[in-house]
Amino acid sequence: MTSSLPPLSAPLDIEFDYTRSLGSTLGRFATGLAQRRVLGARGSDGRVHVPPPEYDPGTGAPLTELVEVGQVGTVVTWAAQPQPLEGQPLRHPFCWAMIRLDGADTPLVHAVDAPRVATGMRVRAHWADTQGNGIRDLAYFVPDDGQGDGQGDGQSGGQGIGQGGGRGDVRTRQAEVVTTVTTPIRLRYRHSASPEESRYLRGLAQGRILGQRCPACDKVYLPPRGACPTDGVPTVDEVELPDRGIVTTFCIVNVPFLGQRITPPYVAAYVLLDGADIAFLHLVLGCPADEVRMGLRVEAAWKPRDQWGTTLENIDHFRPTGEPDAPYETYAGHL
Amino acid sequence: MSEVSVVSYAAAPDVRETAGTTNGVEMLVPIIGEALRAANLTKHDIGFWCSGSSDYLAGRAFSFIAAVDAIGAYPPINESHVEADAAWALYEAWIKIRTGEVDTALVYGFGKSSAGELRRVLSLQLDPYTVAPLWPDPVSLAGLQARLGLDRGLWSERDLAEVAARSRGANPAAPVHERVTAEELLRRPYLADPLRRHDCPPVTDGAAVVVLAQAGRARDLTDHPARITGLAHRVETAHLGARDLTASPSTVDAARAAGVDGVALAELHAPFTHQEIILRRALGIAGDVDVNPSGGALVANPMFAAGLARIGEAARRVAPGQRALAHATSGPLLQQNLVCVLEGE
Repeated sequence: MTSSLPPLSAPLDIEFDYTRSLGSTLGRFATGLAQRRVLGARGSDGRVHVPPPEYDPGTGAPLTELVEVGQVGTVVTWAAQPQPLEGQPLRHPFCWAMIRLDGADTPLVHAVDAPRVATGMRVRAHWADTQGNGIRDLAYFVPDDGQGDGQGDGQSGGQGIGQGGGRGDVRTRQAEVVTTVTTPIRLRYRHSASPEESRYLRGLAQGRILGQRCPACDKVYLPPRGACPTDGVPTVDEVELPDRGIVTTFCIVNVPFLGQRITPPYVAAYVLLDGADIAFLHLVLGCPADEVRMGLRVEAAWKPRDQWGTTLENIDHFRPTGEPDAPYETYAGHL
Repeated sequence: MSEVSVVSYAAAPDVRETAGTTNGVEMLVPIIGEALRAANLTKHDIGFWCSGSSDYLAGRAFSFIAAVDAIGAYPPINESHVEADAAWALYEAWIKIRTGEVDTALVYGFGKSSAGELRRVLSLQLDPYTVAPLWPDPVSLAGLQARLGLDRGLWSERDLAEVAARSRGANPAAPVHERVTAEELLRRPYLADPLRRHDCPPVTDGAAVVVLAQAGRARDLTDHPARITGLAHRVETAHLGARDLTASPSTVDAARAAGVDGVALAELHAPFTHQEIILRRALGIAGDVDVNPSGGALVANPMFAAGLARIGEAARRVAPGQRALAHATSGPLLQQNLVCVLEGE
């Protein structure tokens, strides 16, 4: 094992569906979108803002007067998006634009399905096939040819806006009131372990447990660290540790939870290896849960070698050795 | 109220990608030590610690907690964190010293921007109800802002290229450095019309540290402290459509509160070329002011450290008797702006 190897890294993909309550103003906006209508809010100065802010951008006053605006508008400014990113409204090259809808005074940010547009160009809303997703009900805009949007199906309404985006003859679908909107967020990272952690993880892949000593306080850290939390300097001198030690403190898990791999009751314990100064969390199996105690001597139960990787999971659990318990004074400083 | 001075500054090398962790420890340990040594201080002399960073860059909750390891926070310390550029952490530290609670503070900011997809990560700072679900990214939004000014004749593509040419030639240590003319830059293709690559900041990993001291102590710690004579920040509405994106009223207000007259140099946190022009106008910067001698965010843009670095770079360069201006920004399209005025001692 050499220190010249680059630190270990791995993909870290995270995702969460954010479900947000909308409140009065944004709830009415989202409900309108589900009915294929666009609502703005009249601000303190009389200007109509789309999307409707809950509070006036200038004065902070609550805005409660919503007015319907047109579904055709004018491009105020635009920027090309030659390589769309994940999650954006279109997958092929398109343009972002700020669009002032007819009847509104301030523009909204949205996508236009065209590789190039022009300032002053007229564009028209194109609705998504699904409803109830807030701003994403408005899938994107298309250049307006003055011929309507061709999205009519006779049931979902709102498409009858016609030329110029006039407000008059809107037929509204009796959509459910939209009170929440769910936004899935997926992000991809490359997560890196520190150089010290990487040595430790590579050691585990060989069945070795490698700690390091802090040059300032002499404590042996497991895992070793990029900075000793007490002294702020990296741990340096490598210390190979045995796979046995003691339980310092523990808890008995009685509560089932999603993803649980062991049937309760079982014991999660802090294990302090002989020669280490920092305990780590692991499982203690091999005896009834109510027999686990502070000071209990334990040893690692390794998985079969062909299942080893750069992970502490190579140790399936710790089990009692049968040796006499460690006296409290010997680990009192590690609690 | 106590006066406050910058007594030392250190920055990690700005790089396109570091192999280090997202908690910044590998970048921070050396420069915290460097900044303390330069002021003849140890960690035990620091009364207050404050950092700026973002869990969104790391993809992990409370990732900044691990960065505290870089301090060696024992015995327990007086510490705080802002989920914003560390220039705002400096603001908090400045208040702590002004009120007399402490007389020294160490401020640090760090960002491993390369860990994720920065353009997508930054779209999550937008309104989560009506804008972020569309994932507009910072380059696209900057393009919308730039074209507003182009269409109105407030600046030209050549003006933008001249900002870029000057910035790209400024700092040989920055990840972006080249001797190039505006004419050459204008011949290069668009990255996303109306922006070319030179109009946009590079993805940068980096970190910065600034040590502050009560002005009465500053002289004991360094031969060249830089006194903070004004510090203010202001924010604009999150509703993009309601803003005049070709101006920066929040910068105007912050500058008025901080008092920016008579500065000889200015470090501006302008990630896009047209934003430097907006900021110059908002700050009333005259033609003879040395703007971004460090190269600025156009050549090195470590997220959550680049604003603090502007204050550090200005403090490092300001000569005795001279006044310098440092600016930091946060949020989309210059939404929030901080102005710091320094006087060399």
